[in-house]
Amino acid sequence: MIVGERKPFSEIMSMVEGFSKILIVGCGSCVTICMAGGEEEVKILGSQLRLAFQKNKKDIEVEEAMALRQCDDEYMNDPVLIDKVEKADIVISMACGVGVQYSTAFFNRIITKKPIKVVPGLNTTFMGANLDVGIWEERCVGCGDCVLEKTGGICPITRCAKSLLNGPCGGSSNGKCEISKDTDCAWHLIIERLEALGELDRIKPVEMYKDWRPSHSGGPRKIIREDMRI
Amino acid sequence: MSEFEPRIIAFCCHYCALAAADVAGKMGFQIPTNVRIIRVICTGKVEVLHLLKALEAGADGVVVISCKFGECYFKEGNFRAKKRVERAQSLIQEAGLEPERLMFDFVPGPGAKKFVDILNGITKKVRSLGPNPSVHQVMTIE
Amino acid sequence: MKSGSNLERLLEKGEFVVTGELGPPKGTDVGVVREKASMLKDNVDAVNITDNQTAIVRMSSIAAARILIDEGLEPNMQMVARDRNRIAMMSDLFGANALGIRNMLCLSGDHQSFGNHPEAKNVFDIDSIQMIYMVKTMRDEHKVICGDEIEGDFKMFIGAACNPFADPFRYRVHRLAKKVEAGVDFIQTQCIYDMKRFKEFMKQVVDMGLHERCKILAGVTPLKSVGMARYMAANVSGIIIPEEMIERLKGAGKGNVASEGMKIVSEQIQELSEIEGIAGVHLMAIEWEHRVHEIVEMAGLLPRPKAE
Repeated sequence: MIVGERKPFSEIMSMVEGFSKILIVGCGSCVTICMAGGEEEVKILGSQLRLAFQKNKKDIEVEEAMALRQCDDEYMNDPVLIDKVEKADIVISMACGVGVQYSTAFFNRIITKKPIKVVPGLNTTFMGANLDVGIWEERCVGCGDCVLEKTGGICPITRCAKSLLNGPCGGSSNGKCEISKDTDCAWHLIIERLEALGELDRIKPVEMYKDWRPSHSGGPRKIIREDMRI
Repeated sequence: MSEFEPRIIAFCCHYCALAAADVAGKMGFQIPTNVRIIRVICTGKVEVLHLLKALEAGADGVVVISCKFGECYFKEGNFRAKKRVERAQSLIQEAGLEPERLMFDFVPGPGAKKFVDILNGITKKVRSLGPNPSVHQVMTIE
Repeated sequence: MKSGSNLERLLEKGEFVVTGELGPPKGTDVGVVREKASMLKDNVDAVNITDNQTAIVRMSSIAAARILIDEGLEPNMQMVARDRNRIAMMSDLFGANALGIRNMLCLSGDHQSFGNHPEAKNVFDIDSIQMIYMVKTMRDEHKVICGDEIEGDFKMFIGAACNPFADPFRYRVHRLAKKVEAGVDFIQTQCIYDMKRFKEFMKQVVDMGLHERCKILAGVTPLKSVGMARYMAANVSGIIIPEEMIERLKGAGKGNVASEGMKIVSEQIQELSEIEGIAGVHLMAIEWEHRVHEIVEMAGLLPRPKAE
């Protein structure tokens, strides 16, 4: 799941400065599940903005709306939502960075009367898992060439602070990473898992240079599935 | 000019705070008239948004009154309530309001006196803060 | 000869070598490099030049290494994987070779969160073990990673680090074996204080025959004060300082702690030289370069042999 975190209120306030009709649009997918940009969080931000504007005696309208998925036409093409966007001066998207960009493109494609300004209400933090109520942790950087089969299901690219393919480095101490005692040493975990699987010998040969082309280093990525195209 | 009389919303746990209110009534304690009591089955049901909405709707202060820790009928509802009040406090502070407008407290089962003290306490506190600055016009709480 | 460096030749002759360490200045002050170099000259066989150690910006290790050559010393240029991708590494290695640098140490590098620019983006395109392999390919096959021929000579004596005190301990020797597999010529270890654990580690090394495939230099750092010892034990990951050692320093009494620290380190050097598989010591006297002469002398390692 994509995990996000709401931006600081002061930053949101400065983004909407000078606009008088604000629409907050939540996203019903990943960011709802990680409790950063769903319906509840849209309402909280709306409430917070209204309290702030009313305190400053500013006559600013704050509207709220939801899209089930801000990264897909199918879920964005909602006349009620589009009508609200048309009436707004600025849209705060509470989706991940994908949603913010996609809704910017979508609204500007559908609405031709005026350009639509969409700003982010969240910082998109990582692709991660929900470890416990209120705890999320990064698990994948999307390097485009998965190595998990070799490393016992623990990703060294994501979970080692130095993305070592031949770890652990000399900073591994008591199972923790040198950067923080709150961060597990990925390579310590890998070694333990491979030992349990009886596969430790698999990491004994030198792992060669990684080809970073499938990662973001190769430029923005795209997939075209010909079988799905007409 | 007459003294400002704050409008207070009190989210009260059915099992303790409300019981305390009953006892208070029977014992002849005066429950402040500026307080509107909202019964909840457990303060764990009170969400951050309820607290914000109460202020938006015109309350000058909000208090959540739960059971003592360890005595929640639903085990941990009161812990949740306390954390949510704290979160809401920081949210309203960001919006420019005094965090003291939101309060969390607890009463033991029949703690009628403490219950009344809490209500008087927040009334006094909010009176010193003045009216909710985010209220457009005076609304009446029915 | 792989590089023909002084360090390589001495090790080949079977001499017990001593390497030192020099941290370049946080700026352009060449005088600092020259001053430290003069204290190390004739006391050590080669000098490690750190590469922005602990991720604090300093004069580049290449430039400082060249200054050392001009001063008549032999540098061992450190290179970290944190700040350069493979393109920059190979390019810098060409440059270093052209400037006469013949020893290098391949390192992952401390994470930038420790340094003075924690906001920086790190690189970690390849890791230290892949770096060893890369340099070996450049030297022995005369090719860069992609297979293109290198124009001109490329000679390098390839070093790497090893921390026997990091975890998991049981895997440490296997990681060293990977460095040997990748083609490392010599190893410098993390500072050793816990001799028991180090001997245990060296037994594993010898059992696997790794000491015959690379030269192992034991790392030592004199303890200047009780505070320093306590700080290192608590804050530097992968450093274990036995309580008895700290007690011994304390017992030396006021004014004598530093000389006791020097005594301890010279005893350590003695003890290390007797361990099977140890080919020398790497003396990291951080900001204590002026004491290096005394320490090496106390350890009975002066005068330094000539490689002719």
